[in-house]
Amino acid sequence: MRYAMVIDTLKCVGCSDCVVACQTENDVPIGYCRDWVTENVSGSYPSIELELKSERCNHCENAPCVRCCPTGASHQLNNGIVLVTADECIGCGACIESCPYDARYQHPDGYVDKCTFCHHRLEKGQLPACVAVCPTKCMYFGDLDNQNSEVSKLLKNRKWKTLAPEAGTKPKVYYLI
Amino acid sequence: MTTSRRKFIKISALGLGGVAATTSAINMFGSNSYLNTLVKENVGEKFKITPTYCEVCFWKCAAWAYTNEDGEIKKIIGNEDDPHCHGRLCPRGTGGVGMYTDEDRLKTPLIRTTVNGEETFREASWDEALDLIASKFNGIKEKHGAESLALLKHGCPGWHFEHLYKSLGSDTIAEPAYAQCRGPRETGFALTFGSWVGSPEPTDIRDTKCLVLIGSHIGENMHNSQVQEMSDAIDNGATIITVDPRFSTAASKSKHWLAIKPSTDIALLLSWMHVLIKEELYDKEYVEKYGLGFNELKEYVRQFTPEWAYGITTIKPEEIRKTARAMGHAAPAAIVHPGRHVVWYGDDTQRERAIAILNGLLGSWGRRGGFYFKEKINVPNFPHPAYPEPKWGWKEIGENFPLAQMGITNELINASIPNKNNKYPIKAWMVAGTNLIKSIPDTIQLKKAMDALDFLVVIDTMPTDITGYADVILPECTYLERSDIVRSATNRQPSIAVRFAAVTPKYNSKPGAWIAKEIGERLGLSKYYNYKDFDEVIDWQLKELGTSKEEMAKIGVKRYPRKSGPMYLNEDETHQFGTASGKIEFYSQELKDLGFDPMPTYTAHPEPPQGFYRLNYGRSPMHTFSRTANNPNLNALKSENNLWVNPKVARILGLKTNQKVWLKNQDDIISNFSIKVRVTERIRWDSVYMVHGFGHDNKKLTRAYGKGIDDTKMISKIFVDPIMGGTGMRGNFVSILTENPHKNTEI
Repeated sequence: MRYAMVIDTLKCVGCSDCVVACQTENDVPIGYCRDWVTENVSGSYPSIELELKSERCNHCENAPCVRCCPTGASHQLNNGIVLVTADECIGCGACIESCPYDARYQHPDGYVDKCTFCHHRLEKGQLPACVAVCPTKCMYFGDLDNQNSEVSKLLKNRKWKTLAPEAGTKPKVYYLI
Repeated sequence: MTTSRRKFIKISALGLGGVAATTSAINMFGSNSYLNTLVKENVGEKFKITPTYCEVCFWKCAAWAYTNEDGEIKKIIGNEDDPHCHGRLCPRGTGGVGMYTDEDRLKTPLIRTTVNGEETFREASWDEALDLIASKFNGIKEKHGAESLALLKHGCPGWHFEHLYKSLGSDTIAEPAYAQCRGPRETGFALTFGSWVGSPEPTDIRDTKCLVLIGSHIGENMHNSQVQEMSDAIDNGATIITVDPRFSTAASKSKHWLAIKPSTDIALLLSWMHVLIKEELYDKEYVEKYGLGFNELKEYVRQFTPEWAYGITTIKPEEIRKTARAMGHAAPAAIVHPGRHVVWYGDDTQRERAIAILNGLLGSWGRRGGFYFKEKINVPNFPHPAYPEPKWGWKEIGENFPLAQMGITNELINASIPNKNNKYPIKAWMVAGTNLIKSIPDTIQLKKAMDALDFLVVIDTMPTDITGYADVILPECTYLERSDIVRSATNRQPSIAVRFAAVTPKYNSKPGAWIAKEIGERLGLSKYYNYKDFDEVIDWQLKELGTSKEEMAKIGVKRYPRKSGPMYLNEDETHQFGTASGKIEFYSQELKDLGFDPMPTYTAHPEPPQGFYRLNYGRSPMHTFSRTANNPNLNALKSENNLWVNPKVARILGLKTNQKVWLKNQDDIISNFSIKVRVTERIRWDSVYMVHGFGHDNKKLTRAYGKGIDDTKMISKIFVDPIMGGTGMRGNFVSILTENPHKNTEI
C-alpha cells in the first residue's frame, strides 16, 4: 500500500475549499493551515498561462523530516503516510527547516503539525476531507501499488509533475499538467 | 458640517460589549427531538447531524451541519443527493460555520438614540424594539398608506418579510438581485424564448461540447453546480471560449480566450451571428421550425463582418471566425452562457438578447448540451386569507421601465427622496439580508434617500455598513440556528431541501420567521399567521409534499419525478415557446412596439480619459458579496482585496506589488481606505480590477474594517437600462493616488 494524491491543475480553480475543509475537519486553528493554494502566472498579456494548485505535505518516500527528527515524533507508516506524534514532539522545528515544501507549521500548542492525508478518515473508508469537498473534483486519492486505482491510471495516462523533484524526496503528491 | 439625522454611527454601541452570551435557552421551535435521532461518528467524536441548506450565497446548497456533544457546530458537509452541490460545498459553504462563530455578530436588538448630542445605539429588549417598529409602521400606514412602506431584501429572510409586507398591503418590494444583477438576462431571454433563465441556470454544461462565457467568471464565482459541471466539461474535452478583458480563472481553462476591449461585447456577438449565418453553420431545421424573424436577422447582420468587429473589439477576424465555427460545429450541444451579474453598460438587455439569439441560431435551447427545460415543485403556501390589494407598488414605481419583471431598487430609492412630483412617496424601509451600502451603486443618492426616511429597520446577522444608518437593528440568527422555508428550485429534476435548526440561536438573536410573525401580530395581522410557530408551517408543507419532518431529517433532500415532460425538445412534436408568438423571437415586435431596437445594436461607450482606468470588479471564490469579509474562516483565506494593475501601467506610475494606493474616480469620489497593488499580466492596460465586497466602514466588523477598497463607493455613475431599469456599473473610471488623501482628515 502506497498512498498518493493526484491533483489535476487543468481543473483546479484555486477556490481554497480544500483549505477550509481541512481546517474544520482537523480543527486547524484559524490563521494556520495544513494545505494552501498557489497561483503561478507566466507570459505577458494576452499570451498568459495560469497554474493553480492545492499544496500540502508530500508524504515523501524519502522524507527529510523523518530523518532529522530527534525524538522520533515524525514517523512514516507502512502505507507511506508521514505523521507527527504530538506528545513526542518537542517543537524543535528541525523538520520545518528540512521540508522543501514548507508543509509544516508550529501549532500554538507547541508541537509541529501538518497534513495527515486525513489518516483518521482513511481508516473509516472515507477520502481525505480536501478530496471529498473539492467542487471541481480535481483531486484524486488512492494506492499506487494497485495498478487499477484511479491514481495509478491517471499517472499512466496523463502528463504529470511533482514539486521540487531535485530535492530527491520522492513526493507522493502528483500534479496533472 | 450639518449633522445628518441618519448619520452613520461608527462608534461602538453603548454597552454592546457587556451583552456577553445571553444565549436564549428557549428553543422556539420546540424540542426538535426528531433531529436528535441522527448521530454520526467522526474523528473520534459523536456528531449530531442536522439537514440544512446554505445561506452564505444564493445557490442554497443542501448540507449537513455536524454538531458535537458540547452543542458546537464543527463542520458542514454537502448533501450527496443535492443537485446544487452533489455532496461538495464550496469554500463559503464549508466556511459557513464561521458565520455562526463570528464574535462580531449582532447580538441583541439596538435602537438609535442620542446621548450628549452624539448619536449612538442602545440595547433594547425584543418587545421594545418590535413595539417601536409596529407603532412607527402603523403611524406611517395611517398617514400615507401601507404602500409607502418599502422592503429591500435578499435571500430567505426576505421571504418572511415579503409575506409580512403583502399581508400589510404593501407590494413596494425590490431586491438588488434584479436591477443590480441578473435582471437584463431575465428580460432578454424572456423576450427571445419566453422563459426566464432563473436560478440555478438551466445550462446543460456537463453534456456540452462548447461553453462560451461572456465576462462570466465561473470558478471565481462559486455557483456550485455550474463550477462542478464546468469541470465535467473539461474532463469531456469540451471547447471553452472565454470573452473577458481580464485573464480570469475560466479564461485560463479555455481553448480560446478572447481578450476583448471592454464594453464592445455586442459587436462581437453580432459578428458571430454574421459568421454563423454566412457560413450556414446555424441550425437551419431548428430555426425554421421554432424561429420567428430569421430573415430580418439575416439581412440585418450581413453588415457585421469580423473585419468590422475587429476594429471595435480588437479581436482578430480569424479568431472571431474560428470561435464561431467551434460553436457551430458543437451545436446544438453549445451554450453561450447568459452570465449572472450582467448590469454593465446600460444596453445590457440588448446584449442578453444578442446572447439569446445566438443560442437560438445554435439551436441550443431545449437541447442536450445546451439549455434543458427546468422543472421545480411548488411548495404550497400555508393557508391564509387573500392579501389586500395595494393601490400602487413596485410596478407603478418602475413604470418608466416597461419590461421590468421585478421591483427596481434604484426606483424605490428615488421614490424615497421627497419631491412634489413624486406620485409614490416612500416613507420607511425595512432592509433584510442585504447590505445596501455595498450593493447599490450611486451611494450619494442612496444616502439622500435614507436621510429623508421617517424610519429605517435593518435585519441582519452582522453589523454590516447599512446597520449604521438604521433606527432599529434586529439581530437575525444565522441559517444554522433556525428552521426555515422549504427550498424548491428549478433543476433537471424537481427536488426539495429542508433547513432545520442545528443549534439554538446564539446571543439574543432570532429567526426571520419569528421576527416577521411578531411584527405582523403587533400590526393586527394575526389572520396571516394562523400558526403557533414556523415549525408548524414546515410540518404542514412537508405533509402536503408527501413527506414528513422525520423523513426529511434523515435525507435532507427529496427528489420528485418530472411532470412537465422531457428535459429536451421532442422533435416530433410542435413546441410552444412562452413568447407572444409562441416562437423563438429573433426579431422582437414587442421591443419595436415599445420604441426599442427589435434586434440588438452595438453602441460605443465612453472610454477612460488620460490618467484614468476603467474600474472592473468581480468575485473571489472565498467570499459572497460584502457578507463574508468578517467571517473568521473565510477572512483567513482572503482578508482584503487587491488592485490588479498591468505591469505597463505599474511602470508608468511607479507602482509595486503590495504598495498601498487610494482611488479617485471621475466624479472626484475618493476611496475611504487604501488597497494593495497587485501587478499582474492578467489585466489589460486600460483597466484595473478588484474583488467586490471589501473596504468595510463599520468598526464593529473587527476583521474586515478598513481592509481594502469598496468598489461600490467608486461607482457613482450608473448607466440605466431603458428596457428594465438595470444599473450599468462598468463605466466608471479611476485614477490611482499614491499619497494618502485623508492624511489630514479623520475618516
